[in-house]
Amino acid sequence: MTAAQMVKAEAVHKSFGRLEVLRGIDVEVEPREVMCIIGPSGSGKSTFLRCINHLEKIDAGRLWVDGELVGYRQQGDRLFELPDREVCKKRSEIGMVFQRFNLFPHMTALENVIEAPIRVKGDAKDASVSRARQLLERVGLAEKIHAYPNQLSGGQQQRVAIARALAMQPKLMLFDEPTSALDPELVGEVLDVMRGLAKDGMTMIVVTHEMGFAREVGDSLVFMDGGVIVEKGKPRDVIANPQHERTKSFLSKVL
Amino acid sequence: MAEVSADAPTRGEAIRAIPVRHPWRWVAAVLVLAFVASAVYTVATAPNLRWEIVQHYLFQHRVLLGVGGTIELTVLAMLIGIALGALMAVMRLSSNPVMSAVSWFYIWFFRGTPVLVQLFFWWNLPLILPTIGLPGHQTETVKLITPLAAALLGLGLNEGAYMAEIVRAGIISVDPGQTEAAMALGMQRSVILQRIVLPQAMRVIIPPTGNETISMLKTSSLAFIAQFPELFRVTTEIAAFNFRIVELLIVGSFWYLVCTSILTVGQYYLERYFARGSQRDLPLTPWQRLRRNAFAFHSGAVPR
Repeated sequence: MTAAQMVKAEAVHKSFGRLEVLRGIDVEVEPREVMCIIGPSGSGKSTFLRCINHLEKIDAGRLWVDGELVGYRQQGDRLFELPDREVCKKRSEIGMVFQRFNLFPHMTALENVIEAPIRVKGDAKDASVSRARQLLERVGLAEKIHAYPNQLSGGQQQRVAIARALAMQPKLMLFDEPTSALDPELVGEVLDVMRGLAKDGMTMIVVTHEMGFAREVGDSLVFMDGGVIVEKGKPRDVIANPQHERTKSFLSKVL
Repeated sequence: MAEVSADAPTRGEAIRAIPVRHPWRWVAAVLVLAFVASAVYTVATAPNLRWEIVQHYLFQHRVLLGVGGTIELTVLAMLIGIALGALMAVMRLSSNPVMSAVSWFYIWFFRGTPVLVQLFFWWNLPLILPTIGLPGHQTETVKLITPLAAALLGLGLNEGAYMAEIVRAGIISVDPGQTEAAMALGMQRSVILQRIVLPQAMRVIIPPTGNETISMLKTSSLAFIAQFPELFRVTTEIAAFNFRIVELLIVGSFWYLVCTSILTVGQYYLERYFARGSQRDLPLTPWQRLRRNAFAFHSGAVPR
C-alpha cells in the first residue's frame, strides 16, 4: 500500500497542551528524493521532522517510514504501541542532524562517530573505527578525528554530526535547520557535504532557510504555515511562481 | 583610513606603566598576621597545655588504629551512599511512577531524620527485634548488628539520601539535546544514561560529592555511639583515662585535617579528569607548574 514511498504522512496532527502545532499534514517522500521544508518559525516544520523518527508522538493521523507505521504496530484495525526497544531500532535506521549539533562534548570526533555503531548495532570496534575514519574524511575532517567538539568550529562540528548520523547507514536523513546556528562563512562547507549526500542518492528531508540550497538541490519544496502544508511543488516553481498569498509574502521576506 | 602618526616610536612596544598601589592590602596583611601570631602564641604557651602529651599520642598505635577505623567507615559509608544515591536518583527520574514514589519516600525519610538518631536506632534494633530473617531462617539480631554494621547502616542510608539529590542535580544539568541526539541514533535509555548523560553529569556531581566525603570523614565520629573504634572514640577514651582532654582533641583534629587535605588533592585531580572536552586546554596542575618553573629557572629562562 505505501511500500513505494520512503515517508508517507496522512492527516498528521500534533498538539502540545492546548497548542495545536500540526493540523493535518499530508505528504509523501519518494526514495532518493530531497524534500526541503520552509516556513516561518512556529509553523510546525521541526515538530513534523521530529515526528518522523518518533521523538514526538503524533496525536492523530498515520505516519509511515519505508512502509512501516512509526511508533505503532497495526493488527486488524487495532494499534499497539511499540516497546522502547523496537522504537530504538527504527530510529537507528533514520539519521538526524540538529540545529545545535548536539555532539557529545566528552568524546572526540572519532568517538562521537563510533559510539552508536558499537553500542546500538553491536559492530566490532576495529570495523567501526575504520568506517568512521572514512566518513570523517568524506566530510573533510580527516585531520580532526581526535579533536573534542569544543576545539572545532561550528561548521566542523556540524560535519562531524553528519558523519555520526551516516555511521548508522541510515535509509533516510532528517536535517533540522542544519546551518541556522552557523556563522555565514561556515554555511557553505555544511551545504557542500549535504549536496554530496543528495548526489549519492540519500533520501533527505531538510528544514532550512537556505533558499539557494532548496532551489538547487531539492527535488521538492514544501511551504508550511500554521501547522499545515500551504504549498508543495518543484522548488523552482514554488519560488518563482508561488500560488498562495502566504507563500508570496513569506518568500518576499526571505529572498 | 585611520591616520597613523608619523612620529610613532611607541607603536607595538610593550606598555611599561607604574601599577596602581594597593596600600590597604598591606595594612590588612599586617593586621591578620598580628592576630594569627598572637593566637598561636597564646595557645602554644598556654600554661596547662602539655605539648609532650600531644606528641606522645600523635603516632601511638591505638590512635593510628582509630584513624584506620575512621577511614574504613568513611570509604564504606560513601560507597554505599554513592551506589544508593545513583540508584535513587535514576529511580526518581524514572517514568515508572512506583519507582519514583519509592525514591521520593526514601529521600524524604532518611534526609528528614537526624543521622545521630538513625545510628542510635540501628544500634538498638535488637531491642525491638530479637531475631530477624526470612521465615525458617531466623538469626539473632544482636549477632548481625555489629558496631560496623550499625555504623554503616546509619551513615550509608543517610548519605544515600543526600547523594540521590546530588546525582539528580547532575543528571538534570545535562543539556536535553544530548539525550535527544542519542535517542535519534537509536540508543536505549540505559545506554544513554551510562554513556552520554552520567559522564557529563560527573562534572556537576563531583564537587559536592567531595564535600560529602569530607563531611562524612567527620560525621563518622558519631559512630562512637555504636561502639565503633574510630578516631574520635579512641581519643576520648584515652582522655577519659588520663584527663588530657584538649591534648587529645588536638591529636584527633590533626589526623582529621591530614585526611581532609589528602581528599582535597584527590578531588582536584578527579575534577580535572572529568573536565576533559569542556575546556580547550586544561590548566597546569600546581605540581606541573612547579616543575616547569624549576626547569625554566635551571636553564636560565625566565619563569612565566
